[in-house]
Amino acid sequence: MLKDITIGQYYPSDSVIHKLDSRMKLIATFIFMISLFIINKFWPYFIVLVFMVGIIKMSKIPMKYIFKGIKPLRWIILFTFVINIFFLPGDVIWSFGFMNITRQGIEQAVFMAIRLILLVVGTSLLTLTTSPIELTDGIERLLNPLKKVGLPVHELAMMMTIALRFIPTLLDETDKIMKAQMSRGADFESKNIINRAKNLVPLLVPLFVSAFRRADELAMAMEARCYRGGYNRTKMKEALMTRNDYISCVIQIVYLGIIISTRFI
Amino acid sequence: MDNIVEVNNISFEYITEESKFKAIDRLSLNVSQGEFLVIIGHNGSGKSTLSKNLNAILLPSEGDIIIDGINTKDEENVWNIRQTAGMVFQNPDNQIVATVVEEDVAFGPENLGLESKEIRKRVDESLKSVGIYELRDRQPHLLSGGQKQRVAIAGIIAMKPKCIIFDEATAMLDPSGRKEVMKTIKRLNKKENITTIHITHFMEEAVEADRVVVMEKGRKILEGTPKEVFSNIDKLKKIGLDVPCMTELSSELKKEGLNIESNILTVDEMVMELCQL
Amino acid sequence: MSIIVKNLTHIYNEDMPFASKALDDISFEIKDRDFVGLIGHTGSGKSTLIQHLNGILKPASGEIFINGFNITNENLNLTEIRKRVGVVFQYPEYQLFEETVAKDIAFGPYNLGLEANEVDKRVKTSMESVGLHYDEFKDKSPFELSGGQKRRVAIAGVIAMEPEVLILDEPTAGLDPGGRDEIFGLIKKLHENHNMTIILSSHSMDDMAKMAKTIIVMNKGKIEFMGSPRSVFKDNVKRLKEIGLDVPQPLELAIKLRDKGFDISQDIITVEEAKQEILKVMRGRKKC
Repeated sequence: MLKDITIGQYYPSDSVIHKLDSRMKLIATFIFMISLFIINKFWPYFIVLVFMVGIIKMSKIPMKYIFKGIKPLRWIILFTFVINIFFLPGDVIWSFGFMNITRQGIEQAVFMAIRLILLVVGTSLLTLTTSPIELTDGIERLLNPLKKVGLPVHELAMMMTIALRFIPTLLDETDKIMKAQMSRGADFESKNIINRAKNLVPLLVPLFVSAFRRADELAMAMEARCYRGGYNRTKMKEALMTRNDYISCVIQIVYLGIIISTRFI
Repeated sequence: MDNIVEVNNISFEYITEESKFKAIDRLSLNVSQGEFLVIIGHNGSGKSTLSKNLNAILLPSEGDIIIDGINTKDEENVWNIRQTAGMVFQNPDNQIVATVVEEDVAFGPENLGLESKEIRKRVDESLKSVGIYELRDRQPHLLSGGQKQRVAIAGIIAMKPKCIIFDEATAMLDPSGRKEVMKTIKRLNKKENITTIHITHFMEEAVEADRVVVMEKGRKILEGTPKEVFSNIDKLKKIGLDVPCMTELSSELKKEGLNIESNILTVDEMVMELCQL
Repeated sequence: MSIIVKNLTHIYNEDMPFASKALDDISFEIKDRDFVGLIGHTGSGKSTLIQHLNGILKPASGEIFINGFNITNENLNLTEIRKRVGVVFQYPEYQLFEETVAKDIAFGPYNLGLEANEVDKRVKTSMESVGLHYDEFKDKSPFELSGGQKRRVAIAGVIAMEPEVLILDEPTAGLDPGGRDEIFGLIKKLHENHNMTIILSSHSMDDMAKMAKTIIVMNKGKIEFMGSPRSVFKDNVKRLKEIGLDVPQPLELAIKLRDKGFDISQDIITVEEAKQEILKVMRGRKKC
């Protein structure tokens, strides 16, 4: 039932992209996002596309798998498309009563749709090639300088790790409680929304009680293993930049340079 | 110094607004280096409260506990105590922190501030030592109960403790998981000379201990080798504990006039005993 | 209340590459007022079978009849199944959610659509049958009770639906010996006084030998053995060990004694029987 949900949709592989330092990939994703917003005409999208397909090929992730990720977002993409196509003033091509379709509208709609698709695919590449734990690690290390201004960086990262660790456990628990309450006649599949909402109480109360119990026990177990916050703590996996990381860094700068220059051509 | 754990006449009270409850009542207990001690007692006998006191999670309201020469009330040394006396808890799900087995085993050593090379070494060693090295890349929630509990044990071993307290660590496991974990516990005790305090209510796990302590109402009511303790069949049954099946049989046979030891613990012993008659 | 299971098959993750058969063409029959012990280690298909018996899972194929009533029928009202079959899941205390014990127990009966006074009556009787005094416990919060008490409240919540078949999935998991004996005593009472058909899953062979009238041993989604405890344990020691299950200790003793040349019966599953048999053999020997 609920167990089938996969979180973070990490696609394990030993490609060059997978092995890059997670900080590099986080920065690269950020640069990629910026580049999409710098672009102001159609043809530079072609450069982005070539760049992206290159990375996908290197990551050894099947194309099909990547486009599965866009599927849930198709409604959002369609929505922005429709908004743009109908509500932009300009040279009218078509007219239904008060609504006009303009040439600029079509252009803008296609432009935004491409941008959105590239954005989704590009960012999903990050989660597909980086395991959740590496990702939290990368975020922690990148944000480290912000500790000086009082941001609890380590604690945030630890919270993310624990959340990732306990999501499957709690899903499993939800499944069990649901079955137990169903055996007592609770109806979770009722068509009546009010009934369904009422039936959430026997599910949510035990779930919260159990989550608090787990949190309490986990806190005790962590203290028993000498956890005292980020203080004096080291890491087993030290983040060492490899040659590939530096190469990717150069590629990123060159890429950003090209995209910026397209504005002036 | 022979005793790694010294419990000197401690009491512990849970105090809420309405009531006071004495969970431990003037208890003394010494555990020597390398010993395999089993503490049994039913729920609410104070055995879990005792284990939390040994790890400085709780502090005794009276008396002192000395772990490897350090008083648990010594706040500055609390992390040393927790490193010396590691603790494995009941619910395997609620003590694993990380999303990958080896990352979880590394959690303790990382907290100790060790160098990454040293951590890597310790993680590999402890995974091998509990026999789950091949599971190091797995996600903990996909493992069986016995495997999860061994991950938890590896996480403690990686901190190189002198003593491990198992707080009902087998209570939630199925028989095969329980056997798996007991085998690991015994191996660590015999081969790596780690002092073991195993808290349980499964009598068959007490059979192979060096010493058994029976707790009831926060007190120690019986103490001795498994044979000595389990010969008190009536007393154990009265407080709602089991007696190993073979012990019960041997005492019944003795009552019937058979010339047999009344404190036999295992099937094999029973066979030997009957063969000699 | 007889239970007939015909060619029951269940497949998890059907249509997926990692599909696995949790139940593989199972057929059996349980007679009215039987006390069935369901044995098998984790992953043997025990829990999957239990969830089919009260309609939480739907089979890939096969049928289940409870007293002639087909509960695998597609368009069946689930309430009809709940009235007949009650399930107490593992660690049932984690399903408690109401403010008071009485309200929590009333949850099931209310869902059956019963009148308020009938519900009250059932809450009262089910609390008494699990040994919780009504006036003392009815207004307490279930969350402030001890572990054993919580579990009894949870069991009462199922009993209050007055099912004809009561299924309990490892009802003593995590309890100490005292708590275990209490729960087993309570189940025995329900079986004897309330004429309930009981299906109980447990890991303890010794407990099963003592209590069950019929034993079903499951392995890898199939039924390995079914019959009286005596016949199942006696004839299949080797196979039971092969599939990773224990046999009752007294029987193990008898087998080892026989290997040593004792002329002892293998028809032993309890301590009392072992005692009688050993005395017979030893006294017989002294005479010669």
